[in-house]
Amino acid sequence: MLTKDRDDASPHDIAAEPRPQAQGKAEGGRLAVTLSGNWTTRSIGGVDREMRALEEQAGATTVVLDLSGIREMDTAGAWVIKRLAVTQGRKGARIELSGGRQAFDVLLAAVEDAALQEPPPAESRPFGIVPTLEAIGRSVVNAWSEFLLAMHILGATLSGNRRRRGRRINLAPLTMQIDRMGIGAIPVVVLMSTIVGAIVAQQGAFQLRYFGAEIFVVDLVGILVLREMGVLLTAIMIAGRSGSAITAEIGSMKMREEVDALTVIGLNPIGVLVFPRLVALAIIMPLLTIIANIAAIAGAMAIAWVYSGITPEAFFDRMTAAIDESSLLSGLFKAPIMGFIIGIIASVEGMKVGGSAESLGRHVTSSVVKSIFVVIVVDGLFAIFYAAIDF
Amino acid sequence: MATTAAGEGRDDKSGDVILSVRDVSVAFGEQVVLDKLSLDVYRGEILGFVGASGSGKSVLLRTVLGLNRKQGGTIKLFGVDTDNVTEAQRIGIDMRLGMLFQHGALFSGLSVIENVQVPMREYLDLPRKLMDELARLKIELVGLPANAANKFPSQLSGGMIKRAALARALALDPAIVFLDEPTSGLDPIGAAEFDELVAKLRDTMGLTVYMVTHDLDSLFSVCDRVAVLGQKKVLVEGSISYMLTVEEPWVKSYFRGKRARQIDPATLTSNASAGANR
Repeated sequence: MLTKDRDDASPHDIAAEPRPQAQGKAEGGRLAVTLSGNWTTRSIGGVDREMRALEEQAGATTVVLDLSGIREMDTAGAWVIKRLAVTQGRKGARIELSGGRQAFDVLLAAVEDAALQEPPPAESRPFGIVPTLEAIGRSVVNAWSEFLLAMHILGATLSGNRRRRGRRINLAPLTMQIDRMGIGAIPVVVLMSTIVGAIVAQQGAFQLRYFGAEIFVVDLVGILVLREMGVLLTAIMIAGRSGSAITAEIGSMKMREEVDALTVIGLNPIGVLVFPRLVALAIIMPLLTIIANIAAIAGAMAIAWVYSGITPEAFFDRMTAAIDESSLLSGLFKAPIMGFIIGIIASVEGMKVGGSAESLGRHVTSSVVKSIFVVIVVDGLFAIFYAAIDF
Repeated sequence: MATTAAGEGRDDKSGDVILSVRDVSVAFGEQVVLDKLSLDVYRGEILGFVGASGSGKSVLLRTVLGLNRKQGGTIKLFGVDTDNVTEAQRIGIDMRLGMLFQHGALFSGLSVIENVQVPMREYLDLPRKLMDELARLKIELVGLPANAANKFPSQLSGGMIKRAALARALALDPAIVFLDEPTSGLDPIGAAEFDELVAKLRDTMGLTVYMVTHDLDSLFSVCDRVAVLGQKKVLVEGSISYMLTVEEPWVKSYFRGKRARQIDPATLTSNASAGANR
């Protein structure tokens, strides 16, 4: 390689390398620039500022570059020198090079094409009224197309699973998904719900103690867990656990053209990939919610006994008075719907994955965040709905 | 500029047209990739499809298979217009074609034998044992060792992945198989073996092969005809010996440039027609 025009091959201390220097002397219309030192990638940063200052100098009719003092040069050094020549040349100055070795000429010729290119236009900063409005408009349009894509996936799933032959629904992938997403989630859902139920009971009991109404912690926990928290916490856990898995699986299949291979073989990718997962989610969500409800109430019961002295018999007594079917059903009814939401959002994000690992990571993140957000919004809507119909 | 040379230099084939592409245009937004492209693929031939990188070879392949939408033109597979198919016709078409993707696109969660059986399960109602036997047959036909059947794609070398993907493409004994750069990434010996495999399967199974490739050795040794994609159309098509006479600059530097081997046209035509006239 012609970059290193040196005689000795011994390694040497970087600190001992001669640093690049550029000294410009302007006399009349003639700018004489003396260059010395090592003009290599390692050291070029030190001289960039002086070179740019020299590029800014106006009024030079001739620029003479003396390269004789340069010990070493590589493409970075050649680039910086060429940049000065081109910039001054564009201002109308005549450029003269002197003192260079043949190796330098080769390098300078090699960077010439790049140096002559126009620098790309600076990206306009996204501030100001118009760019902001544009960004808002763009995200609204994107949100609408995402909604359409989600509806497309929902429709394609419900209609597209007709198989070419054989039974209508293929049970094997469905049961596998139920096992993976449902049974696999039981330990963590139980653990999480027990702890949250205990925490709510403890905090509630402390506050109610001031009013001498500690027994009502049972009402608090019962209604809160059955109506809202059992479902919501389970949905959040499933979104994190299964939603991310769905997006990652579908996304990486898409990256590897496996989705295309399915299409070419004649299978509907949505029917094969999305349908079993959606149905499995709709089945496991209510079941996991029931488990979560039981675990949360059990945790609350334990805490109530330890902190407030409410025995399990008293707990159950109060519970039967505090809640009725509507408490339980209102929570359970939301569960399969949230399962669908998580599944659809996860599948949509999976189908949107592009060709890079970064894209996969981004869409998995967005899948979890979006599904949790939408689940919470839907929960709020249900609360309003139930209040309106007095359920 | 060379006009489409369809009909010139082609070995005379009375075989029927298995794939007919007529005036197909494909654009992505503003950018037109294919502009009224026409091409015929005849039954029993191995057609090599070349073009500069980014010229639209993969786009055309994906459009023919229905993975891309086209903005104009007609595509007929087995004489049926793919825009106006009934469900039953579509099933018939899908059963008779197979595709080998550039990187294999094996289903990573399934073993090799399970991969091969995916099309079988979709279209055929076979007893389990027979399906296993047929899958193993395909695995053996593509030159994989028997113990590869239960391996997963992540455990296979590049060459084995391609062969396994070919076995899946051939699962239903298709009439036409599409290969997307099948020898890319293979060492020269592996690539030559793959070429021989394709020729042998063509002879055994009566396959038609549509091969997108850059591999000059594949083109010279195995292809009956070559079509060159350039300037958004088929620039020239014809036998290899015809390609060596074309004066169009890109075609010339492709087939007679620095990397092309010195080929004696006389040996070429005898090879090609020995395979083609079946």
